[in-house]
Amino acid sequence: MNREATLSVDPTTVERLMPLLRFADRARRALQYPALGIAGLFALWYWGGWAIANNEDTMAFASFAPGPTLAAFWDLVVSGNVWKPIESSLYRVGWGLAYAIAIGVPLGVMIGYFLTLKQVTHVPFQFLRMISPLAWMPIAVLAFATWDAAIIFLIAIAAVWPITYATAHGVQRIDPMWLKVGNNLGANPYHTLRYIVMPAIAQDVFAGIRLAVGVAWIVLVPAEYLGVTSGLGYAINDARDTLEYDKLAAFVLVIGIIGYMLDAICVRLIKRSSYHAEG
Amino acid sequence: MGAAISIDYITHHYPGQEAPTLKDIQVNIAPGETVALIGQSGCGKSTLLHMLAGLLMPSDGCVRINGHQVIKPSPRWNMMFQKPSLYPWMTVRKNASLGLIFQGRKRDMRERIDQLLETVGLTDKAEVNVQSLSGGQQQRVALARSLATDPELLLLDEPFSALDAFTRVALQDEVTRLARERGISVVFVTHDIEEAVAMADRVLVMGSNPGTITAELSIEIDHPRDRNSQAFVDRKAELMGYFGATRSPAAAPEAAGSETASPETEDEGQATEPTTSESRARVRAA
Ligand SMILES: Nc1ncnc2c1ncn2[C@@H]1O[C@H](COP(=O)(O)OP(=O)(O)OP(=O)(O)O)[C@@H](O)[C@H]1O
Ligand SMILES: [Mg+2]
Repeated sequence: MNREATLSVDPTTVERLMPLLRFADRARRALQYPALGIAGLFALWYWGGWAIANNEDTMAFASFAPGPTLAAFWDLVVSGNVWKPIESSLYRVGWGLAYAIAIGVPLGVMIGYFLTLKQVTHVPFQFLRMISPLAWMPIAVLAFATWDAAIIFLIAIAAVWPITYATAHGVQRIDPMWLKVGNNLGANPYHTLRYIVMPAIAQDVFAGIRLAVGVAWIVLVPAEYLGVTSGLGYAINDARDTLEYDKLAAFVLVIGIIGYMLDAICVRLIKRSSYHAEG
Repeated sequence: MGAAISIDYITHHYPGQEAPTLKDIQVNIAPGETVALIGQSGCGKSTLLHMLAGLLMPSDGCVRINGHQVIKPSPRWNMMFQKPSLYPWMTVRKNASLGLIFQGRKRDMRERIDQLLETVGLTDKAEVNVQSLSGGQQQRVALARSLATDPELLLLDEPFSALDAFTRVALQDEVTRLARERGISVVFVTHDIEEAVAMADRVLVMGSNPGTITAELSIEIDHPRDRNSQAFVDRKAELMGYFGATRSPAAAPEAAGSETASPETEDEGQATEPTTSESRARVRAA
């Protein structure tokens, strides 16, 4: 009797717990497949570490394995040494992207709007686009006073194309009736841009920025191999020189994590800038 | 107050086209008058309406509104299109407010829009995104948007043709009532003879190649119009006659010559009596 009484739960408690349970259920469902993917990646990494450690030729690199890497990663975080390179790298990527956006969006709007401009710029832009930004390195170093400026230039020149073309694409998809109606309602060019064109293309612009962030983040690391004495690329190069392979791998991990986070932010922005009704 | 419009000998060539799309169009519209433009597809109705809106300049002749030549769009004459073309990233209120925002008239905007949304029956939808509205509701928002700037002239290019029959009739009556209350002049293009008879004070029948006004019919029936009344049915039949006449080669010269309803065409209207039931359906002269 007594036992039963203690076991029976107050129904209101259950009710109060229900939202929590439902949340947990939803979280489990949302996370189970990503968790599977992450586990797969770790398994592969673990197996790779094991293979390296068991091969005489590569034994020296055994600290690439998850164990040493995660330990080094933990050290970096705890000691706070991880933040400085991240800050330097984000600073460069941030400025590079800022320039790319400041140039790419207006350029894209014009290319999307004026067919002639599109035709005029097609060949030179496609030509320039296909040149690896790193090929500009020597010129950038000559042209800019500081290494920082040179790297920002390289990032900007890599990131400007996806932004330009995504923007142009968005402008071309604008329903001509929207412009006609705006015109009819007495919109001046500023109104047209602010109330019609920008909201109409916002999602495309952010989609372009997402691609640009990807490119910029990839270009950043090799660009930091040269000249500078800060940033994630430098940290990797430095770790290699001092044979701290666990630390090197830890920085690779950091690059991946930050890159993932930047991408996630962009996805958020794309979603938020979409005017399409949910569902 | 409505606008007086004079269309002075408009002739228009689209670039690259040899034959003129419009030729010597000459029409006067009194303040507060509602005029229907009806005619075969491609005869230049939309072209003419765009000229009234200032969205297109005629190659020859000009449009004057209250004596001033129309050279650019203005919130004082507003055009509504077949598609509502609302901005999908905005709420109903924002869409309806746009003309006022563009004019910089933001002071009593909220109250004005509240009033307008009430007039078009969308008070409870004011803050929802326009994508969640039905086609008829969207066209109502477009109507509110057009009326917000207190236009003197409303130009409608087949504004209700994409709507179902009930919504269409409701909106026809609504626009007519609002235009009459506010004394707004209206020029509308339609393929629907019943719509023309229901809304217009005067119907202009256009012929094509080149686009000219081939016939004209006044509709003197009191508002609100009863669509089943004998007068209404008669007018519809009569208009069918004109409409048929512009299509039949044999009758074309006669119809072109008659500027007003003559007994002859009246007879023709009777002759086409069996087709009047069709005229309830939308007639497309294609
Ligand atoms: N931008 C343009 N450039 C060249 N020709 C055009 C243009 N717009 C229309 N036309 C031509 O002018 C003629 C009249 O077109 P318009 O759109 O005014 O006809 P409409 O009477 O409104 O037809 P519908 O009933 O199908 O809407 C058509 O033959 C069309 O091909
Ligand atoms: Mg048309």
